Amino acid sequence: MNAMDSGYIKGETGNKEGVDIYIMNPWRNFTEGYWQSEIDVREFIQLNYSPYEGDESFLAGPTRRTKKLWDKTTVLLEEENKKGGTLNIDTSTVSTITSHGPGYIDKDLEVIVGLQTDEPLKRAIMPFGGIRMVKNACDAYGYKLDPEVEKIFTEYRKTHNQGVFDAYTPEIRRARKAGIITGLPDAYGRGRIIGDYRRVALYGVDRLIQEKKRQLGLLETAWMEDEIIRQREETTEQIKALEALKEMAGSYGFDISHPAKNAYEAVQWTYFAFLGAVKEQNGAAMSLGRVSTFLDIYIERDLAEGTLTETEAQELIDHFVIKLRLVRFLRTPEYNELFSGDPTWVTEAIGGMTLDGRTLVTKTSFRFLHTLTNLGPAPEPNMTVLWSLALPENFKKYCARMSIATSSIQYENDDIMRPMWGDDYSIACCVSAMRTGKQMQFFGARANLAKALLYAINGGRDEQLGLQVTPHFAPITSEYLDFDEVMEKFDEVMEWLARTYINALNIIHYMHDKYCYEALEMALHDMDILRTMACGIAGLSVVVDSLSAIKYARVKPIRNEIGLAVDFEIEGDFPMFGNNDEMVDDLATFLVESFMRKLRKQKTYRNSKPTLSILTITSNVVYGKKTGNTPDGRKAGDPFAPGANPMHGRDKKGAIASLSSVAKLPYRYAEDGISYTFSIVPKALGRDKEARVNNLVAMMDGYFHKKGHHMNVNVFERETLLDAMEHPEKYPQLTIRVSGYAVNFIKLTREQQEDVIKRTFFEGI
Amino acid sequence: MDIKGRIHSVETMGTVDGPGIRYVIFMQGCPLRCIYCHNRDSWDPRGGREITVDELVEDINKYLVFIKGSGGGVTATGGEPLMQPEFVRELFIKVRAMGLNTAVDTSGFIDIDRAEKLLEVTDLVLLSIKHVVEERHREITGVGTRKIISFLNYLREIGKPVWIRYLIIPGYTDDPEDLNRLALMLRDYDNIELVDILPYHDMGAYKWEELGYDYPLKGVAVPTKQDMERAKAVFRRYGLPMG
Repeated sequence: MNAMDSGYIKGETGNKEGVDIYIMNPWRNFTEGYWQSEIDVREFIQLNYSPYEGDESFLAGPTRRTKKLWDKTTVLLEEENKKGGTLNIDTSTVSTITSHGPGYIDKDLEVIVGLQTDEPLKRAIMPFGGIRMVKNACDAYGYKLDPEVEKIFTEYRKTHNQGVFDAYTPEIRRARKAGIITGLPDAYGRGRIIGDYRRVALYGVDRLIQEKKRQLGLLETAWMEDEIIRQREETTEQIKALEALKEMAGSYGFDISHPAKNAYEAVQWTYFAFLGAVKEQNGAAMSLGRVSTFLDIYIERDLAEGTLTETEAQELIDHFVIKLRLVRFLRTPEYNELFSGDPTWVTEAIGGMTLDGRTLVTKTSFRFLHTLTNLGPAPEPNMTVLWSLALPENFKKYCARMSIATSSIQYENDDIMRPMWGDDYSIACCVSAMRTGKQMQFFGARANLAKALLYAINGGRDEQLGLQVTPHFAPITSEYLDFDEVMEKFDEVMEWLARTYINALNIIHYMHDKYCYEALEMALHDMDILRTMACGIAGLSVVVDSLSAIKYARVKPIRNEIGLAVDFEIEGDFPMFGNNDEMVDDLATFLVESFMRKLRKQKTYRNSKPTLSILTITSNVVYGKKTGNTPDGRKAGDPFAPGANPMHGRDKKGAIASLSSVAKLPYRYAEDGISYTFSIVPKALGRDKEARVNNLVAMMDGYFHKKGHHMNVNVFERETLLDAMEHPEKYPQLTIRVSGYAVNFIKLTREQQEDVIKRTFFEGI
Repeated sequence: MDIKGRIHSVETMGTVDGPGIRYVIFMQGCPLRCIYCHNRDSWDPRGGREITVDELVEDINKYLVFIKGSGGGVTATGGEPLMQPEFVRELFIKVRAMGLNTAVDTSGFIDIDRAEKLLEVTDLVLLSIKHVVEERHREITGVGTRKIISFLNYLREIGKPVWIRYLIIPGYTDDPEDLNRLALMLRDYDNIELVDILPYHDMGAYKWEELGYDYPLKGVAVPTKQDMERAKAVFRRYGLPMG
């Protein structure tokens, strides 16, 4: 639709008579507060939103326009899939906020506009993170990177990737090569930064620029030191990015220098802000934040003023979500092996409670989830429900119904996060909570703890490469492994690992700030923010079961000709993680706390606060591939369990026991999140539809009551997945949750598909 | 005195053996010899492991929030729970005191005087009827139907809610005439809350082989959706409450 007649939406359901909203006060009828004189979106929400405790019966289906638009989009998505996952690449225009002219799917059908490039699904090049990644990705999909671009970013303009490798120590390189630390964002954009995109809608860009200029004034200190100089440069970059954002919106015919005046503009403004971010940065995860309840305030006002109908409100959200489903980045196939399914982690946090006990569920919380019905299931945006025991029962049931129908939702525990992060946090990527606009993280991928355990046994030599990775120390030479001896050496290896890991991250984020700064996303933050250094671990259940075997059974290492323990014989039984058994679950807690304490001792870049996640995304497959036989009986190359999951087949007491084990992991020592993926066949969830909804709600209430942090919920038949492997064309929208995000099942590699199918599916009895 | 029982295993998320989320205890030992048994390893009354009522109660306690939140409870199945009625009774008394409901999943092959006291503390009986024809029943399970019918009669007499379960095994239990006879019989029991017609599955076959036995139903196909619909239609025709 044409931007110039955007004063109100010409919906299909009726024409609105001329309310001239251009002369209206954009803040009319809002409750006044500090938010007017200071940038404070949270307070605006708290004073103005309308909690909703009812059910989903008010929801509207898709309009004809939505259906047509989605049909057109589906055709493009199919073409993209047929072409091996990438439809088209602009190989010569370096992506910036303003690099590409306006792009449309179908201008006449789109209510919300804006694409990353001039055509839908055409991927842009973003070489500031690293030119090689861009070149390899172009090559992999049969394109050729413009030689001029390659020359500029090789000879004249240094990239983040180059900076990192100029500074890496030999020790870090060894750790990286052996794969004890992997997935590091040293060749790609770190992501996991969430601009407060709502600010653009609430305040308009001019006001935000004015605020940034004021901050720059505060940075005129007597002495120009490193941090002040950096902040001055960054703030100036932020101002430029905001100017560019206005220009980009202008190319679509919108003036976003002023606040949004109605729901339509609020959605469009918010989307423009997000779009600017995904044009500027190829971040590993580009979360949207927590916009639904914010937008609900505008929708409620328009509904009350009679300028919007429910059908039109849903149409706005549907069209917004279509755009979010189209976000694309150019990435190499190797990258996809780690983070498969082409994820962008456009994570939207939905629901939760306020600090004073009101639910933050609004009708627009429902409208967002309802896009899964109107448009069908999809992995993006990454719908994340912030679960509280106090959420309205109607909403809980609706979520459960949608999970059973679409397997597209993840759940996180608002009751344990709210006390730490307040009631306006968002989720970066999969599970990482951060206060919106007030906090960011330095993403740190993860360390392979299973490998670290093998290093403890093998004197720091890699079991697969034979390479001495840690400084030399004596390997264990006894016939049977002694628990105390293993723990002592394991502790030393973890000390070394924590230090080496943080050193690598310090270098990475120093260089990322320097060469690949997220100017627009940071422009939508406060001046003084909390930075976390987000470390992670993989292989938790492998290590825990291994330690349990060493402690409660007898484990005999089998050594090769150079003395490396390459296999293990286990004599006797031992308790395994996932059966709600303290004997082994306590080892898991101990391990998490112990590694976190070591991280806390390190000196971090920009005084960031170290945190830890137990999350693997889909890299549990790659990590497993790179790790030898382990003392728990796992064979070399076998995948780890995803995230904090017990190893499949070892949780023998059923789902509730399994998730009770996971719930014991201490969130306070893993503040970056603890991911648990739950897969179940429908009939194991209950006898009929009503029972299934009821049981799923009770299960989540129970899990979160026990302080579990995160849960992916998948409900489908194993046969469906097997069929989808053979006939992908029949399942274009089959979505499954893997640790922390959702993917199109058919976009996974065969290996990953097999892993998903092999993993614990609770099938009942 | 703390009574000991023998159990095969537990399942913390039972959702079909009674209402809500259920803590399901598989008791060890069974007097029947069903040729399709999916828990072949639960027959031997000397197998499994010994456990006290208090130990079980302590474990159930860990899952109260899930069970209560779903309106669930505890189900004793097996094996045959009615082979250890004193133990299950003691357990159910304590389980009820925790505010949970109780269910037994049984073949009904038991002398009533042995089950009486247990039934006093049981909220729901899941009665698995294998066949309506005496000889066929004997072929499939090794025992006759007389005790089972008496048991069902007794349950009606004391007004105990019952869920009937009946497994469709193509060629064994799906004869339309037999299904009609069964439905006709069940119509006379006003304490039946639900008739659950279930498809046979062969997921327990591997257990026979692990134990060194041939699986008697090797090669028997699982029923199709149409088979199941046809069977259910018979029971529906007689106005029985169907799941």
